[in-house]
Amino acid sequence: MGRATRTVGLLVAAALVVAGCGDDDDGDDTGSAAPSGTITIYSGRSEDLVKPLLDQFAAETGITVEFRGGDSGELGAQLLTEGDASPADVFFSQDAGALGAVSKAGLFEALPAELVERVPEAYRAADATWMGLSGRVRVVVHHPELAPAPPDHIDGLLAPEWKGKIGFAPTNASWQAFVTGLRVLRGDDGARAWLEGFAAQDPVAYERNGAVRDAVDAGEIALGLVNHYYLYEKIAAEGDGVVAENQYMAAGDPGGLVNVAGAGVLASSDNEAAAVALVDYLSGPKGQAYFAEKTFEYPLVEGTVTADVLPPLADLDPPALDLSDLDSLGETQALLADVGLLTK
Amino acid sequence: MSIAASPSSLEALPAPALRRAGAVARRRRVGRRRPPLALVAPAVVGAAAAVVPLWYLADRATSQGWSEVADELWQRRTLDLVVRSLALAGVVTALCVVIGVAAAWLVARADLPGRRVWQVALALPLAIPSYVSAFAWVSWKPWLAGFRGAVLVLVLASYPYVYLPVLAALRRLDPAHEEVARSLGWTPRKVVLLLTLRQVRPAIVAGALLVALYVLSDFGAVATMRFEAFTWVIYGAYRAGFNPAQAAILGTVLVAVAVVIVALEAHVRGSASFTRLGAGAPRPSRPLPLGRWRVAAVAFLVVVLAAAIAFPVAQVVHWMRRGADTGFDVARVASAVGATLRLSALAALAALAVAVPIGVLAARFRQRYVHVLERSTYVAHGLPGIVIAISLVFVGVRLLRPIYQETPLLVLAYVVLFLPLAVGTVRSSVEQLPVGLEEVARSLGHSPARVLARVTVPLAAPGLAAGAALVFLATMKELPATLLLRPTGTETLATELWKATSISDYAAAGPYALAIILLAAVPTALLSGLLTARADGPGDALP
Repeated sequence: MGRATRTVGLLVAAALVVAGCGDDDDGDDTGSAAPSGTITIYSGRSEDLVKPLLDQFAAETGITVEFRGGDSGELGAQLLTEGDASPADVFFSQDAGALGAVSKAGLFEALPAELVERVPEAYRAADATWMGLSGRVRVVVHHPELAPAPPDHIDGLLAPEWKGKIGFAPTNASWQAFVTGLRVLRGDDGARAWLEGFAAQDPVAYERNGAVRDAVDAGEIALGLVNHYYLYEKIAAEGDGVVAENQYMAAGDPGGLVNVAGAGVLASSDNEAAAVALVDYLSGPKGQAYFAEKTFEYPLVEGTVTADVLPPLADLDPPALDLSDLDSLGETQALLADVGLLTK
Repeated sequence: MSIAASPSSLEALPAPALRRAGAVARRRRVGRRRPPLALVAPAVVGAAAAVVPLWYLADRATSQGWSEVADELWQRRTLDLVVRSLALAGVVTALCVVIGVAAAWLVARADLPGRRVWQVALALPLAIPSYVSAFAWVSWKPWLAGFRGAVLVLVLASYPYVYLPVLAALRRLDPAHEEVARSLGWTPRKVVLLLTLRQVRPAIVAGALLVALYVLSDFGAVATMRFEAFTWVIYGAYRAGFNPAQAAILGTVLVAVAVVIVALEAHVRGSASFTRLGAGAPRPSRPLPLGRWRVAAVAFLVVVLAAAIAFPVAQVVHWMRRGADTGFDVARVASAVGATLRLSALAALAALAVAVPIGVLAARFRQRYVHVLERSTYVAHGLPGIVIAISLVFVGVRLLRPIYQETPLLVLAYVVLFLPLAVGTVRSSVEQLPVGLEEVARSLGHSPARVLARVTVPLAAPGLAAGAALVFLATMKELPATLLLRPTGTETLATELWKATSISDYAAAGPYALAIILLAAVPTALLSGLLTARADGPGDALP
């Protein structure tokens, strides 16, 4: 009886190994054949922005893309809630934090090396579960009259003259990613010290980065902690009436964090080949050129031309940081709450 | 014979048939019989659906272990949040009671010029989404941000929840009491304060309950006004913190607060005295001359309507004109209008189907479990939309996969969100029907289900229509559940509006905001129209 069980067990194990090899072979086969079918993308990036690019992809590949738009964080929370049963194939997030959270939950499949290696190591997950597609730089947007000489390092923000004049978006993922970066760079104690100083400045809380930028432009506050492209979007929409300007941070300053919008393929995808083909397209020349032209973001694949209003990415010298470390948002939130910057 | 004046939330818009029957509702014999299974079974299913979010909350809240729960609760911050949210709910509810009762009394009792116009117009603020009016105000005067701005917007958005039931109750009161009191030498002021208000107290309390729960669950206004209420923090925990456990723990606290408020309402209402009426229909009251207060009364109503309707609409039009050169996609707006109308109609019908058995049970039977069934539909109403949405993601993807991100599950989410609006109206409209008619039908050999279909529902039809209209209205403005659960490719007016505002494109948001307001005005006017229909009924002595 015992022997029989063992024999059956061995047979099953052998069958599994064979089947496993077979799967691998199948995978390689589908990899070389052109992917097709339908994929669902959960996108934290707006439909108006991404749809033309996705339509182009669909036309060129014959793959149908089902688009579900939403807030990156809400979609991340939705993916975490759905778990293995998610209908999503690709998650396209506005920030690395949401990607990190989904990756941490083990819901992503590793991307092929030749894809992730298109972008510098700093802008992708160490385990290749997601890759950055475009970069957004933290800046200080300022009103030229209220703040003719804005600080270019975060400790300068703590000077008495800026008390009550700084705007930020406490629940914004990019702000929280900056604080996470600060924790990584200066340690929890160092980050706490800066945040306590910042809280003592009585900064003005807004719901969105766009509102911070608008408040600076309207002269309600002098400085705003936002991403670099908000200003260029406003100028593109409203023209020369915009007075606010961007202050890029000094080399290596934590305030100049370069965060990414990026994508990962869900492990639960039932059409992984097509999902990977989409990430391939987004990180390919057409995708990269599109982001550079439409969003004033930094394309991350080398050789793509950057919008001419931007200082070159290479000149910014952002703080040396592994974006994969930005997934400790829980601790960041606890710290922010503790110093009174998340909830008052 | 006695009648309980309006014991439930949004007041029954009374059945004209009632008067034709020449009867008033009676409570005798009610509640002794055992409820028929034909009602209990669907009511249990409906109430079970309404408490699905609680199951999810309990599961998630304890997912990190009880010590996490204790840590989260045992914080100064959590207590602060409770205090802040209760302060907001308390102040808003009090102001809504003042404005809602004053407006209802003026429309129902005073010699206001153009009463019918005021009657409809005063309900219209329900058509304006709180996030639209909040943004309109704060973009005009940024210093409004914070507690006062949140109070302003929430009061203007939700006083109709008091105004409508109180107006209906006033219309149903027999004016003979007030006339007797006046003939005994009471001043008009004394009549109002000591008699009229007491008589409509159940309606006031019921309306106040809806306002309080609405304030607790609102996100749009507090977020735009940057007031850190519970909902704001819960949203943050989900979408920036990826901390469903923390969100669920805080959500559970919110449920506890809602339970206390619901219980409090039942307590306050339970001790209210029943209004005694003579046999037959109440005669409409003669308008009371306001004299020199007439101008002040009109000015008050004008200010309320200007702030609640004219200002936000003007701001929306202003955004649109600023972006006029970019134009907007008519086909896209039309398709969003179509999807919104379709989903709202489905939600209204589904909510009504669930609300009828629950509301009829609550109106006709006094068993304790019936009470629990009815009240359980209210608890989820105090939860923010994102919690309901995530909980249905949780349940849908596991148990209802074939309809996940399809219309049926989205409609189910709307039912869970807005069921109390329909249950309240069904209950109070059925309560006004004479039990005798149902008993006669039963004695003629009809089954309970047949009595429900052939007698109760047709007689209560105007009240049921009002309940459906309220759900329709609420669904049109709903965002978080729509965003997470809508069928892929379906965009409603609310999601299009969100898309535009999330990239700060307010010019593009304009057409969608305006379309929501205009479309929502239709069911809102219908609500008041059902009231007007009664005032215009036979024997109406109004000029």
